[in-house]
Amino acid sequence: MEAPVLEKLTETQQNQRMVEYEVARIYDFFLRAPRSAQEFMLELQRENHIEYLTNGLNHLGPSFRVLDANRPWICYWILHSIALLGDSVDAELEARAIDFLNRCQDSSGGYGGGPGQLPHLATTYAAVNSLVTLGSHEALSSINRHKLYTFLLQMKHPSGGFRMHDQGEIDVRACYTAISVASILNILDDELVQNVGNYIQSCQTFEGGIAGEPGSEAHGGYTFCGLATLILINEVHRLDLRSLLDWVVFRQAGLECGFQGRTNKLVDGCYSFWQGGVCSLLKRLSLDIDEQSVQPDAREGSSFDNLSTGADTSRKVNYNDVGYEFIEKHPSSQPLFNSLALQQYILLCAQVPEGGLRDKPGKPKDYYHTCYCLSGLSLCQYSSSNEDSPPLPQAVAGPYSNLLEPVHPLYNVVFERAIEALDFFRGK
Amino acid sequence: MVPIRLWRLPKQDFSELMGYFRAVYRADERSPRSLHLTAEAIAMNPGNYTVWHFRRLILEALNVDLHDELNFLDNIAESNTKNYQIWHHRRWVAQKLGTDAANKELEFTRKIISLDSKNYHAWSHRQWVLQALGGWEDELDYCHELLKEDVFNNSAWNQRYFVITRSPLLGGLKSMRESEVNYTVEAILAHPENESSWRYLRGLYAGDTQSWIIAPQVSSVCLKVLGSRINFVFALSTLLDLLSHGFPSTQAFRDAVDALRVPDDNQTDSNLAKTACLILERVDPIRVNYWLWQKSKLPQ
Ligand SMILES: [Zn+2]
Repeated sequence: MEAPVLEKLTETQQNQRMVEYEVARIYDFFLRAPRSAQEFMLELQRENHIEYLTNGLNHLGPSFRVLDANRPWICYWILHSIALLGDSVDAELEARAIDFLNRCQDSSGGYGGGPGQLPHLATTYAAVNSLVTLGSHEALSSINRHKLYTFLLQMKHPSGGFRMHDQGEIDVRACYTAISVASILNILDDELVQNVGNYIQSCQTFEGGIAGEPGSEAHGGYTFCGLATLILINEVHRLDLRSLLDWVVFRQAGLECGFQGRTNKLVDGCYSFWQGGVCSLLKRLSLDIDEQSVQPDAREGSSFDNLSTGADTSRKVNYNDVGYEFIEKHPSSQPLFNSLALQQYILLCAQVPEGGLRDKPGKPKDYYHTCYCLSGLSLCQYSSSNEDSPPLPQAVAGPYSNLLEPVHPLYNVVFERAIEALDFFRGK
Repeated sequence: MVPIRLWRLPKQDFSELMGYFRAVYRADERSPRSLHLTAEAIAMNPGNYTVWHFRRLILEALNVDLHDELNFLDNIAESNTKNYQIWHHRRWVAQKLGTDAANKELEFTRKIISLDSKNYHAWSHRQWVLQALGGWEDELDYCHELLKEDVFNNSAWNQRYFVITRSPLLGGLKSMRESEVNYTVEAILAHPENESSWRYLRGLYAGDTQSWIIAPQVSSVCLKVLGSRINFVFALSTLLDLLSHGFPSTQAFRDAVDALRVPDDNQTDSNLAKTACLILERVDPIRVNYWLWQKSKLPQ
């Protein structure tokens, strides 16, 4: 295979060709390899990934300087990855994690990036999801829900958005982390939901995807956050779902098979979850999409008049049941994206056989990408079935032993853990 | 005052420094030495939002000249262009300085964008500056400059959309539509494989599907690209979109689409939209499920 000629191409084209070349080389090597080697290459190296992850938990020490304001995130990325792989941490590590996260919990509610730091919505999400993933009574009851609710209300901005922390930035991530946490903990109410739909709606761009704030560029991470938020508050009709679907399916790259985060950007393993997640959420919304297709102009013109009125009050919903009800919507049988192709990208290009997963070939592995590549892989495996039944062998790329635990697509924690937490916080 | 010596700290290690920081933070000591300490802590870890937050409180309490603060940010920004905290702080400072800061901020983001043309934070900051502080005059030219250099730069297309829909100097989407359509059609014909320009074209008719389906420039650019028989996926999907909104299929389109069939496409159909789906299933196999789904939604 010849290296690409890059002269006269624009910067975007050059970068794209380089990645295509690198990925094509890997696929070419795979296709020429003998069958036994192919089988090995498609195998998820569970033991190595678990070792890489467990080492990370043990070394959660002072060397993590850059992420010093991010430690609950490292906990979540690692614990969630381990849970996806069907494993769990031992009692001592679990006790240490609970203790550490508890020291990140602020006396007035919410979790900071480390002990003594300001509470922050993103680290609150990471801490709560970590504790839900651990799942024990001790873990779940360590969360001060009453104070957390107060913290969430304090972060609320009149625009409908949330601030990340006291005087912090307002964006779609902040909305998602606030609403997701409130939903799983059974503390979501009208006051928290007020105007959130307006804010997210104002972030859907002309491309169809959702931006971090009004006016910015449509982006996979924010699109997942925005869509999941609207589902959790039962206002998904605020979006133009057809254009969202059209945008997201075009984010899967024809040659590389992975997802890119934005139009004309490079593929990256972590979007296997963000964009793959959008696809699997949309699949369960096929009836809502049909409804909009029948009256394509219903949103047009009228949508802006409705902006100030907020939620449609005629439909009284119990927000705290959405986490259960949404996953009972039985999706149409086929995923809307190419699940096997994406699994191929994750296993052959994003997986580091010695342990850990990464953005793309040539990039180093890290816990963030390990978490979101594995989460995306799990979504793919269950994309033709439901979370509560095992998928057919042909839905799983590589050996069937690659099968991961399913995730709850709105919270991104392992499905069973999510349901247990929903039950726990509803006194069931 | 917290009894610690800070002024001549030797190369202390991270935890020692953070120990000092926590001491002044807990004592809420808004002093010059605390300000200095936050700078040190930020240099070590610019992601620590608690340090930034405290720094803002100190800056307010000491009434520091915020132009100096922008210089401080310039020095650490270039190696940390993807850090939320630095950009958020920058916005805070620029807001306090008001319209005076507009030029510097536009220049600064231009510099970051010249190094990393799709930097999300830089673009968000730039949009905020334009809306809060002004400086719209040259923005459309700037977008053109970037697109001339790299017409695949989707961030530049997004900025262009931002300008034509929000600039107080331009009169809004409807009054810009005709010239923008011409600009975009030219870009599409030069690179029909460029998704950015197709999405921009669709965006020019956002909320106005009536105009979308009757616009002669739209149907003619579709037809031209289909007629070229290469790189026609976006033209064909645009045609599908037009048809779904009531665009009447014409003989010219039927002929152009028919010409894209291969002998293997034996399942042809008199329905133009259905034929388009069949072709897309073949030429765009990564999205085969999507085209099947589209086909299943067509009126029978
Ligand atoms: Zn990534």
